[in-house]
Amino acid sequence: MIKVFADFVVYTLIRLDPKTRLGESINFFVYDTIKIFLMLAVIIFIVSIIRSFFPPERTKKLLGEGKKRGIFGNILAALLGIVTPFCSCSAVPVFIGFVESGIPLGVTFSFLISSPMVNEIALVMLWGLFGWPIALLYIVTGVFIAIIAGIIIGKLKLEKYVEEYVYTIKMGDVLIEKPTWKRRAIDAKDYVIEILKKIWIYVVIGIGIGAVMHGWVPAGFLTKYAGRDNPFAVIVAVLLGIPLYSNAAGVIPIVKELTRAGMAMGTALAFMMAVTALSLPEMIILRKVLKPRLLAIFIGIMAVTIIFIGYMFNIIL
Amino acid sequence: MNIKILGSGCSNCKKLQQLAVETAKEMGIEADFEKVEDIQKIMGYGVMRTPALVINEKVKVFGRIPGKDEIKKYIEDEK
Repeated sequence: MIKVFADFVVYTLIRLDPKTRLGESINFFVYDTIKIFLMLAVIIFIVSIIRSFFPPERTKKLLGEGKKRGIFGNILAALLGIVTPFCSCSAVPVFIGFVESGIPLGVTFSFLISSPMVNEIALVMLWGLFGWPIALLYIVTGVFIAIIAGIIIGKLKLEKYVEEYVYTIKMGDVLIEKPTWKRRAIDAKDYVIEILKKIWIYVVIGIGIGAVMHGWVPAGFLTKYAGRDNPFAVIVAVLLGIPLYSNAAGVIPIVKELTRAGMAMGTALAFMMAVTALSLPEMIILRKVLKPRLLAIFIGIMAVTIIFIGYMFNIIL
Repeated sequence: MNIKILGSGCSNCKKLQQLAVETAKEMGIEADFEKVEDIQKIMGYGVMRTPALVINEKVKVFGRIPGKDEIKKYIEDEK
C-alpha cells in the first residue's frame, strides 16, 4: 500500500520517470521514509507499554534478589536490558544504584551493554530495511555480547577501578508506583513523540543518503574493499564505528546501501553494533563512575567481542 | 512547604522546576524551592531516574515530567 502511494506521489504527482536514476531514488526515499516512520510510531508505542512493567527500580530488585549470581545474573541482566527503559542521561544513577544494592560489577555491565545496544529504534530500522531475520539476529547477538562482556568484566575483578565515591553512596528506598493503563498509554504516546522529535532528522538524512546511493552507487561496487574476502574490513569497520557518534536511525539506512554495494553482512552488523554500543558521549558519561583504566578495558572487550562476532557472521551468513 | 526538584541540570529538570513554581503560584501556596543537583543526595532519595519532584521530603514522582494537574494534587496532599 505504501508502495502504491509512493509510486503515485513520485510518478504521477511529481511526474518523474520511473526509469531514471532520479525517479528511482526519490521513489525509494518516499517509500522508505513513510514505512519507517509508521513502523517507528507503532513499535515504539508497543515497546513503551511493555517497558512500563520493567522500570529500572524493579530490574534492580530482580537482579539483587536471591542467588542470581554467576552466569545466570549476566543472562538475566542482558535480557532485562532489552525491556528496561533507560536513557544515557540515567547511566550514572542506574550504575550507582545497581552497584549500591550489591549487584556484581559484571552483571551491572551486562545490563549497561544490552540496554542501549538492543533498542527499539535499531529494531525498527533493521526490521524495516533488512527484514525481521536480520533484526532478530541483531537482538540475539546484542544480548550474547552483553552476557559475554559482562562475564569477562566480572572475572577480571575490576571493582577497584570504579570511582571510590560510588561505594560511599547510600541509596534511599522509593515506592514504585504501579501505573494505570491510562498512564502507561499516555507515557507511551509521549515517548513516541519525544523519540520522533529527536531522531526524525537522522532518519530523513540517513534514508536520503541511502536513496542517493541506491540510484548512483552500483551493486557490488564495494565488494573488493568491504566484502568478506578482505580480512581487515571488520576491524576497520569497528574502529570507525567507535568514535562515530550517530544513532541507529541515521546509520542503518546507509549501512543497508553499503551492503547492497558489496559490504559483507557480518562487517555491516559489526559496524552497527560499534556505533550503537560504544558512543563517545556515553563513554564521557560513564567516565564519571569508572576510572580511565576500567573504561579502557570496557571499550577493549567490547571492540574485540564485536570484531569476533563480525568475522563469525561473515563466515556463516 | 518545601519543594525540591532533583536532577543534574538536564532540560527536563528545568521544565519541571518551572511547572512546579507556576503551579504553586497559581494555587497561592508559599513554598521554598530547592534544586538538588548532587548525585549523592539525589540517590539518597532512592531516585535513579530524573527529574524527580520531592515535596516535604516525600518523593512524589520521578523519571518523568508530571502535568500541572498532577503537581496540584501532590501539593494539595501535603498542605
